This record gives sequence, C-alpha cells and structure tokens, in this order.
Amino acid sequence: MSGLLEIAGLKRHFGGLWATNGVDLAVREGELHALIGPNGAGKTTLIHLISGALAPDAGTLRFAGADITRLGMHARVARGITRSYQITQVFPELSLLENVRLAVQARRRDFGSSFRFWRPASADFSMIEEAEEWLGRVGLAEQAGEHARDVSHGEQRALELAMALATRPRLLLLDEPMAGMGPEESEHMASLIASLKGTQTVLLVEHDMDIVFRLADRVSVLVAGRVVASDAPERVRDDPEVRRAYLGDEVQ
Amino acid sequence: MKDRRHALLELGLLAAAALLPFALQAIGEDYYIGFAARLAIFALAATSLNFVVGHGGMVAFGHAAFFGGGAYVVALLMQAGVVSAWLAWPAAVAAAALAALLIGALSLRTKGVYFIMITLAFAQMIYYSVISLQFAGGDDGLPLDARSSLAPFDLGNDRALYWVALALLAASLHALRRVAASRYGRALAGIRQNEARMEALGYPVFRLKLVCFVIGAALAGLAGALLANQNGLASPGQLYWTQSGMLLVMVILGGVGKRYGGVLGAIALLGLEEALGLVTGHSHFYVGLALLAVALFAPRGLAGLLERKA
Repeated sequence: MSGLLEIAGLKRHFGGLWATNGVDLAVREGELHALIGPNGAGKTTLIHLISGALAPDAGTLRFAGADITRLGMHARVARGITRSYQITQVFPELSLLENVRLAVQARRRDFGSSFRFWRPASADFSMIEEAEEWLGRVGLAEQAGEHARDVSHGEQRALELAMALATRPRLLLLDEPMAGMGPEESEHMASLIASLKGTQTVLLVEHDMDIVFRLADRVSVLVAGRVVASDAPERVRDDPEVRRAYLGDEVQ
Repeated sequence: MKDRRHALLELGLLAAAALLPFALQAIGEDYYIGFAARLAIFALAATSLNFVVGHGGMVAFGHAAFFGGGAYVVALLMQAGVVSAWLAWPAAVAAAALAALLIGALSLRTKGVYFIMITLAFAQMIYYSVISLQFAGGDDGLPLDARSSLAPFDLGNDRALYWVALALLAASLHALRRVAASRYGRALAGIRQNEARMEALGYPVFRLKLVCFVIGAALAGLAGALLANQNGLASPGQLYWTQSGMLLVMVILGGVGKRYGGVLGAIALLGLEEALGLVTGHSHFYVGLALLAVALFAPRGLAGLLERKA
C-alpha cells in the first residue's frame, strides 16, 4: 500500500505546544483525501509542513518515493506539490488572466524560465491560451480581464483554485477552499472540487462535514496533532474514537 | 492608437532633448549644457534605483555605493593608465554588479526596515573604506586627468558628454521597459504584490529579486562612470548616504515604479536646487517644501500627476 505522499512520525512544536505530534499519513495517487479535525488540531500546521512553508522537528515526508523532508517550498512545487491558501492570496492589482498566467509561467520550464528579459510575456500565446482554459474550467472566462481585487470573494477563491491547478500539481493541497463563502458559492466550489475527482490527487482540509463526507474517497481525522483514524468516509463516521474525540453531536 | 501617440511623443521629446545644446548655445547659455549632462546622468541613476524600488519592491538605501563606486572605478583605472571608456565603463558596470551580487545576497535575507538598514550599512562601510585608502585620494577624492576616451567619438566638450549620457539614458529606459513586460518583469510584478504567493507558485523569489538588485546596481555603475567624467572627479560625497537619500528622494518625487519617475524626479530636484539657488541663495528649505507638497498632493509622484492629466 504505497502512497504518493507518505508521512511518518512528523513532529513540530511551537514553544511548549506540539502542534504536530507524530503524524502518520498516506495519500494515494488519484484519491480525494480529506483532512478533518477540531479547531486547533494542527490541520493548517500540517499543510504548512507538507508544502514546505515550515520545517519539521522530527519525522519524514516522502513524495513519489523520494525523501522531501529537507526541501524548501519552491523545490517541492517543482516536484508537484502545490497548495492553495486559507486566506485568499491572489495578486489584487493584476487581471484574473495575468494571475493564472503567472501560475502557468511558473511551471513552464519547457518554454524557458522566468529569467527571460527581452521578449514580451504577452507574445507567448500558448501561455495565455492555457491560462484562459484554466479560467474557463473554474467558470471565470467572462471575468478574465478584470482586476482580482474587483471580483467577489467566491470568485477570488475560484481564481485561487485555477492558479493552483495551473501549476499542474501531482498533489493539490486545498486549505479550506470554502472558507468565508455563502451556501451558493460553497456549492459551486464543491462541484469544482468534485470535477477534479479521478484525475487529480487532492488533500482537502475542510470544516463542512457534509461536503467532506460527500466528496472524499478517504478521510483522515486529526486530533491534538495526531491522526486518530484514516479510512473510507462511512467507516470514519462510525469509528467510536472519532465520534468521541471530534464529531460529537455534529453527526447524528 | 494611444500607444502610437505615446511613442511619437517620446521620440519628439528625445529629439528635442538632443537639440537642446544648440538652443542653449544660440542664447549664449553654454554653462547649462554641462548642467543638462548632469541631469541626464542623475536621471539614469534615479531610474536605476526606481527599477529596484518600483519594480523589485526593495527599498534600497545604499544605491550611492554603486553610483559612486562606478565613478571610482573609472578614476582608479585612469590613474592606472586605462583611459579608454570602452574598457573603463564596462568595468564600472561589472564592479557595481559584482558588489550588488554580494551585498544583495546578504541583504535580501532581510525585509522591510531591516533591508533599508543593512543596505545603508554596507554602503557606509564602502564609503569609510574608500576614504581611508590613500591611493583612492582619501577625503579629497580622486581627480581625473582627462575625460575617458570614447574613440572614435570625442568626449572633450560638454555637448558630446551630454549626448552620450542622453543616449545611454534613452537606451536604458527602453531596455527597462522591455524587461518590465518580459516574463522576468511580470514575475517581479507578482513578487511586488505578494511574495509568499509567488514562492508557493514555485518561483525562485530570492534569485529573481537578487537579479533585479544587480541590474539596478549595474546601471547605477554606468551612471557613476558618466558622473566621474562630468565632474572630472570621483569624490567620497558620491558614496555617502546623503547621495543614496537624494536618489531615493528623486524616485519618490518623480513616481515610484513609473517609467519616467526617475527622470522627472532628477529634473525636478536638480532643477529646483539650481533655480532656487539662483534666486534665494539657499535652496534646501524650499526643496523641502516642494517635497512636502508632492507627498501631500501627489502621492504617486510627478509621473502620477501627469498621467492623470493625460
């Protein structure tokens, strides 16, 4: 049972608090894996550790068979781990198209890197076309020319997803993609995530249990910095330890 | 359509600037040809800093190290018998770029106010090192026996030096505009707005910023080489922190990140100093007032003001 991402004994502390206290977790190629847990369980810290924004104090991370424990963030992106952010992190003064184009450009080693100083970026039509495709995929084709600061919160979140997808990750880390959204926007985002199933490996951190149990192939439950269960949604739902530690009265 | 009008306007202004010496000679104000050369040189220096501050988003407070450094390289080489501009000026550019590579590699590990302080500290270290060196002229600076030889062109008169400075300024402005629209320039724009996000997209942010810092320094080194020729001297004052401050003031006055911000700022500041010096004999107070007015009424600088009118 080898996974695309394999985490073993991962630890990270902040002062006296072990935010990540011996996490073991495997994400299989192609699955939509949800990570849930009560507030303060260490979900965001774990995402930081996987993306490389934080370095662990102990434990190992293996990705596609290689040890990536000591790699920095952009080296991990180059290997195929991309994250989206909990708080919207787009480029407010750039158009939606340019936001996604920058994500495409980040990946395009084949057409030359970002150390190209003379040819206008706007002359690389293939990059622009690809950016337009990603925008269309998340339903933002119409707004391509607008500045990111001028579109709605839900549209910014969709843009965020398009940018993450445009780096063509092997593993996409989605950190609460529905945060701060109304019910309609949430439903739109849920259907976008559902459309990724089967083609894109996703590790999804999400509070909305309804959406998690509807979308996920497997669910891992993080409590106090440890994974207490990692299984199919039905079984996790019925796991007595999970019910006691976390779900409580949210699932009747 | 609008782009073409702009391009024509720019060419027209460049042509007018190129003809300026004839106009000044016609009205018998030859002195101002030298002043015009000085304007073009400082415009280049301020433009180079504006690339670092406005495009790279790095508020560098040690640009004098590269500007003054370029002047010293030309003066030192001349002392060693290297008169040719074709050798000395590229050497000034290369020395400034190399210094920026080292200073940037260390300074760029810090951000914000710490970056300001550490670039200032490095520049002051260079200043104090140079004034303690006997062979660099110490406190007196290092005079040039003659202007660099730009054979087959003759740099002997102020008019020629002005044209060379103007040509290099125009070429630099054109090049920086191309760079701003290139993949590299777009990546810089992303970094300026959200550095962490660019990192998360997989951009080598540190290296991209370092290259920006080096490009800015290299152009400042070129401006410094010109300044040594214009002054006939490489002086410690050109390395001192007040020089860095003056360049920053020009950038802010003219418009941070604006294509002509450095040019407008240099013209405005040096022009004000010259004009007020003639009228009142003490210009600093009024220059301060003018700065205050820009900060209050034109926060995007003179270039921002012009854009709104256009």
